[in-house]
Amino acid sequence: MASAWLHPGLLVVLAGFALALLRGPARAAVALAAPLAALWIVLAAPAGVAWSGTWLGLELRPLAYDALSRLFAVIFALMAFGGALFALNQKSRLELPAALVYAGSAIGAVLAGDLVTLFVFWELMAVGSTLVLWSAGAGAYRASLRYMAIHLLGGVLLFAGIAGHVAATGSTEFGRMALDAPAHWLILAGFLVNAGAPPLSAWLPDAYPEASWSGMVFLSAFTTKTAVYVLLRGFPGTELLVWVGLFMVFYGIVYALLENDMRRILAYSIVNQVGFMVTGIGIGTEMALNGAAAHAFTHIIYKALLLMSAGSVLYATGKRKCTDLGGLFRTMPLTTVCGTIGALAISSFPLTSGFVSKSMISQAAGDGHLLWVWLALAAATAGVFLHAGIKFPWFVFFQRDSGLRPHEPPLNMRLAMLLFAALCIGLGIFYQPLYALLPFSTSFVPYTGSHVVVQLELLLFSGLAFFVMLPMLQRTLTITLDVDWFYRRLAPGLVAAGFLALGALGQALATAGDGGMRRIKAVTLALHGPQALFARTWTTGGMALWAALLLAGYLLVVYL
Amino acid sequence: MSGHWLVRPDTLRLLWRVFIAVLVLTVVAEFLVAHHPHFRVESVPAFGAWYGFLACAGMILFAKGLAVFLKRPDTYYGEEGSDG
Repeated sequence: MASAWLHPGLLVVLAGFALALLRGPARAAVALAAPLAALWIVLAAPAGVAWSGTWLGLELRPLAYDALSRLFAVIFALMAFGGALFALNQKSRLELPAALVYAGSAIGAVLAGDLVTLFVFWELMAVGSTLVLWSAGAGAYRASLRYMAIHLLGGVLLFAGIAGHVAATGSTEFGRMALDAPAHWLILAGFLVNAGAPPLSAWLPDAYPEASWSGMVFLSAFTTKTAVYVLLRGFPGTELLVWVGLFMVFYGIVYALLENDMRRILAYSIVNQVGFMVTGIGIGTEMALNGAAAHAFTHIIYKALLLMSAGSVLYATGKRKCTDLGGLFRTMPLTTVCGTIGALAISSFPLTSGFVSKSMISQAAGDGHLLWVWLALAAATAGVFLHAGIKFPWFVFFQRDSGLRPHEPPLNMRLAMLLFAALCIGLGIFYQPLYALLPFSTSFVPYTGSHVVVQLELLLFSGLAFFVMLPMLQRTLTITLDVDWFYRRLAPGLVAAGFLALGALGQALATAGDGGMRRIKAVTLALHGPQALFARTWTTGGMALWAALLLAGYLLVVYL
Repeated sequence: MSGHWLVRPDTLRLLWRVFIAVLVLTVVAEFLVAHHPHFRVESVPAFGAWYGFLACAGMILFAKGLAVFLKRPDTYYGEEGSDG
């Protein structure tokens, strides 16, 4: 079987390169067929190591399948297909090829059986995603440089950690690691940078919303979820991750509540959702890890759907601020319905995909008797409905009449939205195929009377809170400062101030130098000038006298 | 304002009534299903309802408080604030 030796990730990467040369129907065919072929390979390939070899004395397993890697490779391939369908009418000749390189390297990263291969694909993802940002034009350029700087930092941390790990153990195997050595802390830090964890969460809402209307759909899926995958494999049950995850959950909610840009709301919401997954990984029971993995799977679909609807609005209106939008349901009913389905799914409404995945994480917190974690997750579930579930559709599609009457987007974009909306609801009802793909076998039943009723109470009363407190949520033309202030304002300010100080110092030195030089010149003239002490002609008698005195002094010193 | 049926005052009033009826129904439904609480707080009546509402109110107030210190015009960094 070809599926046993073909590399689905490299296939998609190569398709990305081919796309750069193709035009018209051939381009569309390759863009859609490559992810589907990858999906087929991933589903058909047998478990185990498919590629192995030695390089520079390192044992490599560049292609290996198990339940966890297969789950992520499946959703990445599916996402690449949906994203490519949505982006078919993107005018940029760079974006779709770059996006497929990015998607293919994400597939390669999750199918990497060793740390060296993982690192190579990890960095290739950074290149692909930066190119996706660059294709959005000049407006995204500065944000893309900040994005790249953070990811290069993450890559350096990861590489240092991997080098330390290989040096200490002699093994490149990627398995569970304990936080017992600096190398493992470095690896964890490298992973967390890509997950959007504190203190550097700001790279995500800074860069992603600057991508094109289709670019952000791709960006939302791969980088953070690859980070979730490597945390699942490398650091399950690390308690630190519970607190990191909970911080991300509430960071995302609070910042999204204050945000005006519709796609930045969704970007903060990515950090929020990845926070749920990281918390689950930190809890570390089979139920929690299954929940984190399932949530990554469902989240990719509904977040892509939300960003497709936001992308359609941006495509149709050219506007991205809530203060400019509103009332679009009149002329964009399909986009409104699909965006709302995505919003319900992210809020984990019963009968949507988010419900069947997120309940597993809450259940794990309950089973572990982690009262505070469980309470925080329940509050956060309410908060997700608040900041993404209602806020996004309300301000974009309803709210007031902005006077905008945009058309629905082209057919390929509508089809992509319909496909992902169908998956959101389909997975919410027929969740068994998803549960069968999870890393641990499970008999979890999401739909019990108690689960459904308590979830509905939580969500609907958050809805009540939203509408009761709506005056406090009205959007203003503002942003909220974040850690990126340090490298966007403070550091450039310090550098500028430093240059000013250096200039002043140079000036002072020059002035002082002038004075000093004059004094040196005067002293030199006084001592060595034409008629000065050391330069004038001395009499022979004077010379003889001084020589005699010197010799007498010498004698004295000798006999003393 | 456009005369779309969804934004007429009558419709909005009706939507509010339906919404409140649904809210009441979910609380009533809680007494009709079997619970397996992990924690004592879950057994407090209508836990999801009041906890969800208070959690959201708390988060909104916290966000507003944070905004006092961290809110800036969206032209703050210079390059932002343009559409497209």
